[in-house]
Formats: sequence, structure tokens, C-alpha cells
Amino acid sequence: MEIILSAAIGILSASGIWLVLRPRSFQVVIGLCLLSYAVNLFIFSMGRLTPGAPPIMPKGGFVDPTRYADPLPQALVLTAIVISFATTALFLVVMIASRGMTGTDHVDGKERSQ
Amino acid sequence: MINEHLIIAPILIPFVTGALMLLYDDRQRGAKFWLSTISAASQLLIAVELVVRAKTGGDISDAEGISFYLLGDWAAPYGIVLVLDRLAAMMLVLTALLAIPSLVYAHAGWNRQGSHYFSMFQFLLMGLNGAFLTGDIFNLFVFFEILLAASYGLLLHGSGQLRVRAGMHYIAINLAASLLFLIGVSLIYGVTGTLNMAHLANLIASVAPEDRPLLHAGVAILSVAFLVKAGSWPLSFWLPTAYMAAAAPVGAMFAIMTKVGVYAILRLSMLLFGETGGPSTSFGASVLILLGMATILFGLLGLLSSQSLGRMAAHSVLISSGTVLGITGFALAGGGPAMLSGALYYLIGSVLATSALFLLIEPMNREDGGIAAMLALTADAYGLDDTDLDEVPDTALAMPAMTVLGICFALCVLMLAGLPPLPGFVGKVAIVQALIAQTALPAGLAWSFIGLLILSGLATLIGMARIGIQTFWANDATLPRVLALEVAPVIALLVVLALTSLKAEAMLRYTSGTARALHDTAAYAYGVFATPRAADRPKEDEGSEP
Repeated sequence: MEIILSAAIGILSASGIWLVLRPRSFQVVIGLCLLSYAVNLFIFSMGRLTPGAPPIMPKGGFVDPTRYADPLPQALVLTAIVISFATTALFLVVMIASRGMTGTDHVDGKERSQ
Repeated sequence: MINEHLIIAPILIPFVTGALMLLYDDRQRGAKFWLSTISAASQLLIAVELVVRAKTGGDISDAEGISFYLLGDWAAPYGIVLVLDRLAAMMLVLTALLAIPSLVYAHAGWNRQGSHYFSMFQFLLMGLNGAFLTGDIFNLFVFFEILLAASYGLLLHGSGQLRVRAGMHYIAINLAASLLFLIGVSLIYGVTGTLNMAHLANLIASVAPEDRPLLHAGVAILSVAFLVKAGSWPLSFWLPTAYMAAAAPVGAMFAIMTKVGVYAILRLSMLLFGETGGPSTSFGASVLILLGMATILFGLLGLLSSQSLGRMAAHSVLISSGTVLGITGFALAGGGPAMLSGALYYLIGSVLATSALFLLIEPMNREDGGIAAMLALTADAYGLDDTDLDEVPDTALAMPAMTVLGICFALCVLMLAGLPPLPGFVGKVAIVQALIAQTALPAGLAWSFIGLLILSGLATLIGMARIGIQTFWANDATLPRVLALEVAPVIALLVVLALTSLKAEAMLRYTSGTARALHDTAAYAYGVFATPRAADRPKEDEGSEP
């Protein structure tokens, strides 16, 4: 499982970085999305991978913390997802405004040849 | 009771005000303006009160000066804490001081150029105040995102091709930086199992040797995110264009945005890699020094080569954050609190001066016809309806506005170039003195930093004087009309600068206390855990019970 997860994070971030460095604004948006998926998975994995363990402990009595998953990274991921979703949506709006104003989807607002 | 909850007020006040103003129609600008000014003024009052509270701690050895606020009454490492110390209180005052002039200036015309200006402004203040107060790294991320989201909106305020293009670059860079921020935070959590800064400071010396490189990598990735915000050299190419494109009052507020990055680096590096850092002590110090020097160099070259005042002002922002970054590096390497104290004093002065400069740019470059022509032009170009133009306040100054603008400009230049009697000089002298006296680092490094510092002052003087001569002496065009509302904020900022200079001794005493507190991390690192929860505290008002 470690190998699959790390490969997924690696491939997602590699493709994300490649796309972020491209000159078209749509590619940049997709690249940022992929990067944020990679980061979310990464945060998740920082709570250690524990298959089949619940993150919430029962009330009262003695609990053995080793039998439970770390709930904190899961909470962090939720926050990170919401924030990156919102900012990406904002970025899309700006991108469309730029496309409308300049007539091109180049990130600099003009084609390089011009 | 109210007294202890005062710490959270700088976050709640702008939040409530901003949300409340969303309910108002956008045409009720007068009401919105007064609401936001009242909010900013009360933030200033509270911030001053908090400074007094942070100061009364006096001696650093007792934790009196630092107050902690447990959010939701959760005990320290589990819940989020707000921490008020001298540095945080100082930054709160600075934020509120910049906010009021910027709001007044915006009232003169800029707030008409788009919607929800005042709400976004309040959310920006909320993010700034929160970032200064929080004692939790992930909470710091959240407040960074709040201030960034507000700043995206403010940067785009007024629209236009230049702003949208600069805004797009700015958003893309900051989104990428936020992802790095998250990676850094989660690496730190993965190694230490905590996100509380004070708890981290306790744990750092006892991290297992095999985990330490991972922790260092996490902190380094985290600092890349801060360095992007601080405008450190290889990560700062977006900054001049973005700051130049921003509307004048927004640019004035952005002057403190780079300092949030500097603040975060200063806070975390002193806390984690100060003298109590164990094997990690002084981690990254030399990198910070070199980056600071490279940033100053980049800023001064950019300043000399720019043709417009907006770009120059943006480069002087770079110089000031480079200076503080470099000094942070020196302090981290064991240079002692004296230079940090000078740098903090310099930071206050330079933020005020760059803010005033951003407010000056637009009236100075207004060729003729005054604000009405400017508004008509923008409204025309960006397809806004022109009904608003009739509302332009008719309070144009009859007096020779150019003289006033010229004097204000000269004062800003004096400050940024570091000439007496303004705080730039005092701050730089304090830095240079401490750098000469320090023995922890090779003298060559310190001397080259001193050289760059003085050279940056010279470059500022040359570049700004050139623009000043072009605008004020060699300009035969019709004198611009300037509104009283636009000159007053600049004058107010300069009066604050003059006060900073007059009260230099008291302020330096405050900043040196701050610097000593930053070096002696024990009060911060252990104070949180000594803070009792409200639920555990003995009830005072139920005294009748034996």
C-alpha cells in the first residue's frame, strides 16, 4: 500500500508541476488541481497508514490508541480541500476574465510571437 | 472577564464588520466607510491596549508579558491557542495604523471602482491580525488563506487588463506557495506529532536523529512558502508588477503583506532554531542572510532601473523585507538581540514610509483634470456606468497641492534612504552598530551586509530623486487637482513617522525588549502549558461558598 500511495502522490505532483509550468492558463489550473490532490494525499499519509482502523475513539474506559487512526490529518485534509477548492474556483474566474479582456489564454495575456 | 477576551477582538471585529457590510447595498458607501473606519479605529485602540499589556510584563524572565488565549477552552497542545507577545502586539498596531489612512484614501474615489471593497478590506485585516496572533501552524495557514483570498479580490479591484494579468500571476504563485505550506506543515506534524508552535519549540531538541533531516526538510519547505510572501529574491519576480498594478490604497495596505511572511519566518525560526534548538540550533541562518542580501541587491538594482514610481515603491518594499530577513539570519546565527531590535524599529518605519509612498504615487502622476478625469478614464475603459462620477467630492485643494505632495515625497525618500532625522536612519544605525559589534559570524559577511545596506540607501536616494525632479521641477503640465481626502492620509502617515522618530528611545526600548523575548523562548514555549483552562479556574464571583 505504501508503494501505491507514494507512486500516486509522485505521479500526481509530477504531472501537476509539468502542467503548472505550461504557458496556457487552463493547463495551469489543472496543474494546480493535480498538485492539490497530491498534497491532500500527502497530508493524509502523514497520519501513518492504518488500514481498517477508525479515527474516532469510543467514549469512556481505557482505549488503546494504537488501534485507531490519527484523526488530526483527516481533519486537516478537509480544511485543505475546502480552501484549495475555493481558491481554485476564484482563479478560474480570473482566468476567464483575462481570456475575455486579452482574447488569448496565454498566462501573460499575449502570445509570445507578438 | 472582558479583559482576557480582548486578545481575540482584533480577529472578531473585522470579521463581524466585514460580514455585516455584505448586507448593505453597494451604493451605501458612506455607511460602509464609516463602519469600516470605526472598526479600524477600534482595532487601533485595542492594539494599543494590547501593546501596553505586553509591555507591562517588563522583565522577560517572567511570562507576564505574554498572554495566551485558549480557543474553545481546550488545553494547550490539543486546541488552538492565540498568543499575544510584544512582537504580535507591535504588528497589530502597525496593521491598524496602515488601515485607517488607506480607508480614508479609498473613500476619495477608489471604492467606487468595484464592489465590496470595504468588506474585502476588513477580511484582509482579519487575516493579518489572525496571522500575527495565532500560535498554531495550521491555524496560521488558515489565516494566510483568509488574507490571501481577500488580497486577490483587492488586487483585482478596479479591474483592467494590467490588474487582471498581474492578479492571475499573483494568485497562481500564491496557490502554489500554499501547497508548499501544507506539505511543510504535514511533514512537521508527521515527525513531531504537534502543530502548536510552543509545543514544537519544546520538542525540537529531543527529535530522534534519524527524523531530524525530515523535520528540517519540512521547515525548509514551509519557509519557502513564507519567503514567497516576503518577496525574498528568487521568489519575488511577481511582486513589483502586482504591487504596481494594485489600486493606490490597496498598494498601501499591501506594504505590510510582505512583512507577514517576514514575521512568520522570524517567529518560527527564533522559536524552533534559537538557542534551545539542540542540534538544530541556527538551522538555515546562513541561507537567510544570503537570501536577505540577494533580495536587497535585487531591490536596489530594480529601483535604479525602474522608470515609474510604482515600480520603485515596490522595489523599496523588497529592500526593506530583505533587510529584515538578513538580520533575522544574523540573529539566528547568534548575533544577539541588539541588531534584531534595530531591524524591528526599521521595519516599522519602512512599512509606514512605503505605505505613504504608494498613496502618493497616484496623485503625483495625475497629469491634469484631477480625479474626475482619472475616474472618467477608468470608468470608460472598463465599462462601468458613469452615474457615479457626479458624486466625486468637490473638495479639491485650492492651495498649491504640488508643494504639499513634494514635501511628503521628500520625507518618504528621506525615510527609505535612511537619512536623518527619520526612523530609517536610526534603525539603520542601530543595525550597523550591532553588526560591527557581533562576533558570532565572519566579519566579512557582516561587512558586506553593512555595505549593501548603505548602498541600498544610496540607490533609493538616486532613483527617487530622479523621479522627484521629473515630477516636481521639470514638469510644465497643468498642476493636478488633488483632493484633501487624498493628501490627509499621507500626512497622517508621515506624522506617525515623525512621532516614531521623536519617540525613538521609547520605541527602541520596546523593540529591544521584543528582540530579547524572541531570543529567550522559554516564556513562550512553556507559558502555554501553564495557562489554566477557564473550566478549571476557581470561580471568583462565587465567593459566598466557603
